[in-house]
Amino acid sequence: MKWQRWAIPVSGVPVLALLAWGLTRDARTVPSPLPGKPAPGFALQTLAGDSLRLRDLQGQVVLVNFWASWCLACRAEHRVLLDAARRYQHQGLRIVGVVYNDSRDNARAWIAERGGDWPNVLDVGSHTAIQYGLFGVPETFFIGRDGRLVYKQIGPLDDGVVEQWVPRLLAGTPDGMGAPTTAEHVTEGRSPGHVRISPDFPTAGGTVRRQ
Amino acid sequence: MNALVGHLATLLALLLAGVGAAAAFVGGRRGDARYITGAQRAGIAVFVLVALAFLIMERALITHDFSVSYVAQVGSRETPLFYTVISLWSALEGSILLWALVLSIYTALLVRWSRRRADPTGDAQLPYALGTLLCVNVFFLLLISWPANPFRLMSPVPADGPGPNALLQNSPFMGVHPPLLYTGYVGMSVPFALATGALLAGRLNPDWTKVIRRWTLVPWTFLSLGILAGAWWSYEVLGWGGYWAWDPVENASFMPWLTATAFLHSVMVQERRGMLKTWTITLIVATFLLTVLGTFLTRSGVLASVHAFTQSAIGPFFLTFLGLVLLGSLALLAWRSEALRSEGRFDAALSRETAFMLNNLLFAAFAFVVLLGTMFPLIAEAIRGVRVSVGGPYFSEMSVPIALLLIFLAGVGPALPWRKGSLELLRGKFRWPTMAALGTAVILAAAGVRAPLALLAFALAAFSFGLLAAEFIGPTRVRRRTTGEAGPLALWRVVAGNRRRYGGYIVHAGILVVAVGVTGSATFRREQEWNVGRGAAVQFGRYQIQFDSVWAVSESNRDGVIAATTVSAGGRLLTRLSPRLNYYPTSMEPIGTPAVRESLREDLYLVLLAYAADGSHATIKAIASPLVGWIWLGGGIVALGAVFSLWRGAAARQPRPAPVPGAGERPGAGRSRAVTEARA
Repeated sequence: MKWQRWAIPVSGVPVLALLAWGLTRDARTVPSPLPGKPAPGFALQTLAGDSLRLRDLQGQVVLVNFWASWCLACRAEHRVLLDAARRYQHQGLRIVGVVYNDSRDNARAWIAERGGDWPNVLDVGSHTAIQYGLFGVPETFFIGRDGRLVYKQIGPLDDGVVEQWVPRLLAGTPDGMGAPTTAEHVTEGRSPGHVRISPDFPTAGGTVRRQ
Repeated sequence: MNALVGHLATLLALLLAGVGAAAAFVGGRRGDARYITGAQRAGIAVFVLVALAFLIMERALITHDFSVSYVAQVGSRETPLFYTVISLWSALEGSILLWALVLSIYTALLVRWSRRRADPTGDAQLPYALGTLLCVNVFFLLLISWPANPFRLMSPVPADGPGPNALLQNSPFMGVHPPLLYTGYVGMSVPFALATGALLAGRLNPDWTKVIRRWTLVPWTFLSLGILAGAWWSYEVLGWGGYWAWDPVENASFMPWLTATAFLHSVMVQERRGMLKTWTITLIVATFLLTVLGTFLTRSGVLASVHAFTQSAIGPFFLTFLGLVLLGSLALLAWRSEALRSEGRFDAALSRETAFMLNNLLFAAFAFVVLLGTMFPLIAEAIRGVRVSVGGPYFSEMSVPIALLLIFLAGVGPALPWRKGSLELLRGKFRWPTMAALGTAVILAAAGVRAPLALLAFALAAFSFGLLAAEFIGPTRVRRRTTGEAGPLALWRVVAGNRRRYGGYIVHAGILVVAVGVTGSATFRREQEWNVGRGAAVQFGRYQIQFDSVWAVSESNRDGVIAATTVSAGGRLLTRLSPRLNYYPTSMEPIGTPAVRESLREDLYLVLLAYAADGSHATIKAIASPLVGWIWLGGGIVALGAVFSLWRGAAARQPRPAPVPGAGERPGAGRSRAVTEARA
């Protein structure tokens, strides 16, 4: 009888252990098997009507940016992409916009209004989004010269992320150790294979529920 | 200067809280009045010092003293005065300062109350309770003295700051929601301290139970209002047309509410029948633990939450505190459970005790369901290494059946007699409410309501409402017959004659109204989005929404774009709504302010999603939320009922004490009255 009584307080120990373990984790990272692996290929039609294959860009540094005209965070992010294009396109950076869950007309009008001379492709049926394991828009995938996916940004890009990755990828020698092939290089001190969600990440459906 | 004085005040408060706690325990053990008086003085001094630190922080914010780290973090010269004042609780360190302030106010109130209560030496529970509460003070003061110190000195001193989080300066409700919630949340420390005092002293007499109940009812009322104010804020500001998302922070405020509600019920069984003692005390301890756990979960970065407080170093501190409280209070419960043996036993299956038991099981199950859903991401990752997120569907599916049963019990419980009920009695009592329920269901079904769960919820609410109404009408009738008083007077006399009971019934009625609002808005919500040209109109249900124009305004802390719309129905002008988008320098995205036409039947809710730069087009989203206004109305009724039950009738009232420092506002009056009464 005695020991049973003390079973109650002892039952608190695993709960505390769980919480202590939780403290060592970063809840904002989301596991992704993608970083370190070759980027899923795609061949899609651009808004202008041409065909674009990711494989044709092999050997260059590519930002694949998923967006939609109904996505408010994408509007704010667009300035960052414009800046990145202005600064790095002549050094060989290629930006590819992937229009997610949206119509060609909406996307065209959006680009016409906001500018940006990089190609945007229509992901009809969202097959590419599924291959990239998209959570929502915006999301941006950084691809190195060797065609491997290096970093994934969930939520809008900011200048810091661009500055952190693009120059090193363009130089082709992240950390001076050749192309980044392992996930550890990818995630900047975070657990392997994890990517970080920006705090401004909007919930699905384009509803702005900024938190 | 501000930084130095503020930091010194918190350090001194920390020291005094520690010394006071030690003195309280020693005094309680030895029965030495000098130690106890010393501890009480320390409690008051802690309050004075924390209030001083709080005022210094406000002064630093208002005078833009950017040499104080917290001001540099959340202050800005452009922010309007009101938002500058409330920016004190817009980030982690300040929110803990507010927490410490509320806690010290409660401590001072407890001291005041215990001084009036009795000879302090004869009652070891009191000093033990004060000692426990001072220990809680020590923890929070430790946080603001060290890992979450808002008074660090900035060097070099910045010329200006970024201003508070954009979302928090988007609605004046930020001035109301956190203080209400904290007053409720932090207030749960007092019943915990009182219960711990009783456990340490090894006795739990009915009188003490009543005391704990009153000290719980006050924070419970604030917590209820705080939760609803948060829901309202979310509804009015965030632009998604909802009010509850089962986010970890929301759950953190809801779980202690559930266990505290269970406690408020089980304590009646204990008072009446001397049963469920251990359980009742466990509920109080659980309530406090859940407030600490909730704060830990959401402020340590363990769970990703939408209420994202910046990650900080306080995680390990909170975990240590949680561990001490969890293991300590559970061990205390195990040690003292012998002393808390039940005196009574259940006489019949059909009695109010049974209804209370069922109620308690449901509330405990509800709290467990929410806790499991909140913690599950952590558990899943620990066991399987997989990150998962638990969304609304889990919580909805689990909570709907529990909520339906609780709606049913809200009426049945009060209708059942203590000890033993008879079927004949129930048949008589249930006749009219059953007909009301069936009538409601038939009328709603005929009107085209097809959702079965919603029909069930409305019918159950009508049933319980009928039962509650009968509890008012029956005794009023009897009184009219015996005294010949007019109807309203007789009703007032009946209700005023037993404020605690009828206050409870009013709370039940309020909860039923909330339940109806939640059911209606969750089941029958409609939404649609259009890209409209200027001057054009769209049809949305019975509404015709015309987009008139869009223009920009510039304010000191933000720029805004406002869309003007005209809403009409059946050719008749209803209202003009102007949803807007606000641009803050600190926020990458614009933040919307929806425009809402509120009515008890249905809210029409417009959000401006986007606009063409030349003003020719706008993307507008409309949401129709039936009955959502009932939630706020029900919240008002709940508050009314709670205040009513705490309020002693004029005849029974004692001369009122002078206003308590720091409790000058209206809610404080309720609290000091609680104090007066508990003393009686």
